[in-house]
Amino acid sequence: MKKAAARLYTFLMFLFLYAPILVLIVFSFNDTETASRTVWSGFSLKWYQKLFEDRLILEALRNTLIIAVAAAAASTVLGTMAAIGINSMKRLPKRVMMNITNFPMVNPEIVTGVSMMLLFVFAVGLFGGRSLGMASIIAAHITFCLPYVILQVLPKLRQMDESLFEAAQDLGCPPAKAFFKVVLPEIMPGVVTGMIMAFTLSIDDFVISYFTSGTTQTLPIYIYSMTRKRVSPEINALSTVLFAAVMALLIVVNVRTAKARGQAKEERR
Amino acid sequence: MKTNSKLLSAPYTVWMTIFIILPMLLVAWFAFTDQSGAFTLEHILSVGQYSNVFLRSIWLGAVATAVSLILGYPMAYIIAKLPAKRQSVMVMLVMLPMWMNFLLRTYAWMTLLEDNGLINAALSAIGLPRVHMINTAGAVVLGMVYNYIPYMILPLYSVLTKIDPSVIEAAQDLGADGKKVFLKVVVPMSMPGVISGVTMVFVPAVSTFIISKMLGGGGNLLIGDLIDMQFLGSAYNPNLGSAISLVLMVIILICMGIMNQFDEDGASQEGGLML
Repeated sequence: MKKAAARLYTFLMFLFLYAPILVLIVFSFNDTETASRTVWSGFSLKWYQKLFEDRLILEALRNTLIIAVAAAAASTVLGTMAAIGINSMKRLPKRVMMNITNFPMVNPEIVTGVSMMLLFVFAVGLFGGRSLGMASIIAAHITFCLPYVILQVLPKLRQMDESLFEAAQDLGCPPAKAFFKVVLPEIMPGVVTGMIMAFTLSIDDFVISYFTSGTTQTLPIYIYSMTRKRVSPEINALSTVLFAAVMALLIVVNVRTAKARGQAKEERR
Repeated sequence: MKTNSKLLSAPYTVWMTIFIILPMLLVAWFAFTDQSGAFTLEHILSVGQYSNVFLRSIWLGAVATAVSLILGYPMAYIIAKLPAKRQSVMVMLVMLPMWMNFLLRTYAWMTLLEDNGLINAALSAIGLPRVHMINTAGAVVLGMVYNYIPYMILPLYSVLTKIDPSVIEAAQDLGADGKKVFLKVVVPMSMPGVISGVTMVFVPAVSTFIISKMLGGGGNLLIGDLIDMQFLGSAYNPNLGSAISLVLMVIILICMGIMNQFDEDGASQEGGLML
């Protein structure tokens, strides 16, 4: 009886979570001229065809990917360096740094967005140069990704035995080499997770991009303008493609981690 | 070696000074000056005119947080009681919708809630009267709950799985019945998860501006919409926008401060950021 209630509750919850997404996906295959979102009139792939012919969407997708790669790469390097620095700090400076790191995560996104917009507008007024665009979005994305990278790398550094680094140096390894041969492999899982998080956060971000993009289109900004202006099943097709891509990515990541876990078990034996 | 590694965080310090601290100072600067740059309290004081918008945002955010907690707690509890293998699958299923952009998720609800949307079509198909749902405060709350409930379930789940079963057994051995065990042992022990869940839902819900625009129509203006209008909208006035942002930040900080009071030993830090 109790178990049945739990099952029913789980079912209803997942219905709530997935029904809207399912509806979006189903209606992306709807064959309709009037762009009606609620009347089913046969199966068709025409919205997908339209989607892949839409130059604006493809351009927005390209921008989004460029921004995400740049932001993930830069925030991973900067964040890993910062984590190593913070880890070796004394208590008080460490606390100050951690507070600065946590701040953008608790601050409302919209405030972070408008504050950076003010900064970029101010900088353009002061130094001239181009107005908001790719550069300002990338800078903003690096900023909000950095804390996530640091928070992924720091625990790995804490777990690491510090004497390993010293041992490598005692054996005549120069510090830089000791870092790449000893420290980096130890903290690599944190670095990789941080980078993946930075990448996905950047792809998904709307609020901060919205305030720092000027006229540059990213995919979420384009989706926003689509939901505002016209009603087209193209947006359903786009949702379906994105959802499928995310599913594929998640499956790949999970298979990889499962494999890695299996290997780790083997090695332990 | 120590001094060397400390230097590694120097670029980060410079970066955060330019892109976090300086922008915040700019917000404060704009909030307390007029267009010509002279000091004024005019904008901060005029935020008071929008107290109804602030109250509505806090109210809707609080309702959405409460609903998320009421709906999310049983879910987290059910997942935590499952065998370990199925737990990870369920957690993934809870997280999966979050991988879809929140604009698309909200758009999906638009198509469902519209006056001639799917829910109304289904209602009239079975002979029931149509219900007006879109552009109401209820629709905004629904959108908030839908978008942010995973942030409630995940920290709750991670706290609930960590409760030592022997503690519950001990309570049962001492004669507590199921209800008493839940209220006197499970709930108090899951408080850190409740606190981080509440914070993680309330903060984005109070400051949202897209959900209210898409599901609430024009009649359910929230703080976020107000800020948006001052920077990128019709009512262009960055000084007023900065003043509103500043007040919003203060409100959020006060709320977090209150929440942290409940959380004496800072235990919620762990459950907080699973993603």
